[in-house]
Amino acid sequence: MNRRTSWQSVSVYFTASIVGLFAIVPPIWLFISSISTSSQLMELPLKWIPREPTFFRYFAIMFEKGNGSAAIFRQSVFNSTIVAVIVTLVSVSAGSLAAYATSRMRFKGRVEILFTMLFSYMLPPIIILIPLHVIMGNLGLIDSRLSLIIIYCALILPFAVWTLRGFFNTIPPDLEDAARIDGCSRLGAFFRVMLPLSLPGLSATSLLCFILSWEEFLIALVFTSSPASKTIPVAIAEFTHRYQIDYGFMAAGGVIAAIIPVVLSLVFQKGLITGLTAGAVKE
Amino acid sequence: MKRISKYSQRQTVQEFLNRETTSAWFLMLPSFVIIFGLVGYPLIQAFVLSFHFHKVTMPNLGHPFVGFKNYLSVLSDPYFWSSFQRTALFMAISLVLIFIIGILVAHLLNKEFVGNKLLTTVVIIPWAIPITVNAMMWKWIFNPSYGSLNALLTQLGIISEYQAWLSTPTSAMGVLILCDVWKNFPLVAILTLAAMKTIPNSLYEAAVVDGANGWQIFWKITLPVIMPSLMVTLILRSVDAFKVFDTVYILTSGGPYDATKTIAYFGYLETFKYLDFGRGAAIAFIMTLFIGLLAFGYYRLLNHGNN
Repeated sequence: MNRRTSWQSVSVYFTASIVGLFAIVPPIWLFISSISTSSQLMELPLKWIPREPTFFRYFAIMFEKGNGSAAIFRQSVFNSTIVAVIVTLVSVSAGSLAAYATSRMRFKGRVEILFTMLFSYMLPPIIILIPLHVIMGNLGLIDSRLSLIIIYCALILPFAVWTLRGFFNTIPPDLEDAARIDGCSRLGAFFRVMLPLSLPGLSATSLLCFILSWEEFLIALVFTSSPASKTIPVAIAEFTHRYQIDYGFMAAGGVIAAIIPVVLSLVFQKGLITGLTAGAVKE
Repeated sequence: MKRISKYSQRQTVQEFLNRETTSAWFLMLPSFVIIFGLVGYPLIQAFVLSFHFHKVTMPNLGHPFVGFKNYLSVLSDPYFWSSFQRTALFMAISLVLIFIIGILVAHLLNKEFVGNKLLTTVVIIPWAIPITVNAMMWKWIFNPSYGSLNALLTQLGIISEYQAWLSTPTSAMGVLILCDVWKNFPLVAILTLAAMKTIPNSLYEAAVVDGANGWQIFWKITLPVIMPSLMVTLILRSVDAFKVFDTVYILTSGGPYDATKTIAYFGYLETFKYLDFGRGAAIAFIMTLFIGLLAFGYYRLLNHGNN
């Protein structure tokens, strides 16, 4: 090793530590806050390590009965989970059919459909909120999980189609052609060849759809208000706008809201990266 | 004879195409129904609404047709233009930082060093944290009385007393940008890294042999390869930055003194606080027009770069 390379490796490790700390310190502080006592969080000067770490807030959110903040927050976790799971299933199943059509078939209106998909993904959601509110009101669905599920499906579907199309485009058409020569129908080729081959793509897209639904805020804010239907982002926003609040409890809520998408992303890291890349290929 | 065969051949192709169109639309039916019913139809209604007077607070005035009045009133409103400028400023600074940091981090992760995998994992975390949690976390860190940043800076002796970061216009905008950059630089880093990985090492080695320096290698080899995916990310990020709402709502509620009132937040207040649905719809359509222009501009740029 000459002097130049060793200096270079020092600078690499130095930059790497700065980047790592920048990314990890804020969430770590959120976690530390969630296990510190309220009195310690409001102590001056601030002590960085909790004297008596406590998980009582997590236990309260998981088990507390009645209708206190902890039980309400637990309900919001439940609501978010139901909404995100159903939205993901619908978007990926309906989306994969449309993605297959736009990726493999040449038909009238194909370009227009793709353009419409991209356009509705870019649309500021606020634009359709008032008419949607009227529609949901007529259906008697205001302040319900079902209203969120229906709207999220419509907003996330274009994204699912776009991303899945990216995956389907990477699979050589020869494989399908071979299946069709062997007597498979178009639909048969889709189910027997295309879907099994794009399993990584399907799971990556599912993960991205789940996260989009899990973190959506504006629509949930306008459409839900009661504990029975409001989702985690709305619950979190309510914490931050309250004057009298246990900051530790707010932090614990944040950790719970973040833990599911973070763990899923890290577990499926490889698929996630290919998923994001597939969405970013042009045409 | 020849003519007939040509004719029948064309007919089968035509028939095949028709069948293809039918089955393609059949496959797209579920998506089409959902998207048209819940985005297309409301969009048309909102468009109609934007040409009508519709104030929930004044029901006795009814909902008469007013032509372009809502649009004119928005476009001549200085508050609209100041929130527009603020959004443009936020977008510009945030995007520049996201892309600089994202590309630098990708460059770093593309090198071989111990802990490379671990750092990639750590960098994904900010991206996966939900927007609302992200905003809440930074609001807590910048808390004027108990925030950890105040504590850190005081204990290091950099500031002598706790600062109310979110109550000063300039620093509130700074925190908003920081919040956005922290959450979004990983996306650029991940996509850029994926593109960089497709460049064979031999290309770099050849460039080094030819005496190219680091900058030349970046401009001549790396950048052209990562450009397409950077452009797509730039389009999507700009559109998202232009629509920024969640972070503003939680972090500052548009304050202090409107310093962080972005255009989406302006539209939200007009619609859901002042309950002026007609004007709210007009604001949303003006926003959509800008998003369309933005996307179109980038699209042209992208295609131009390819030719």
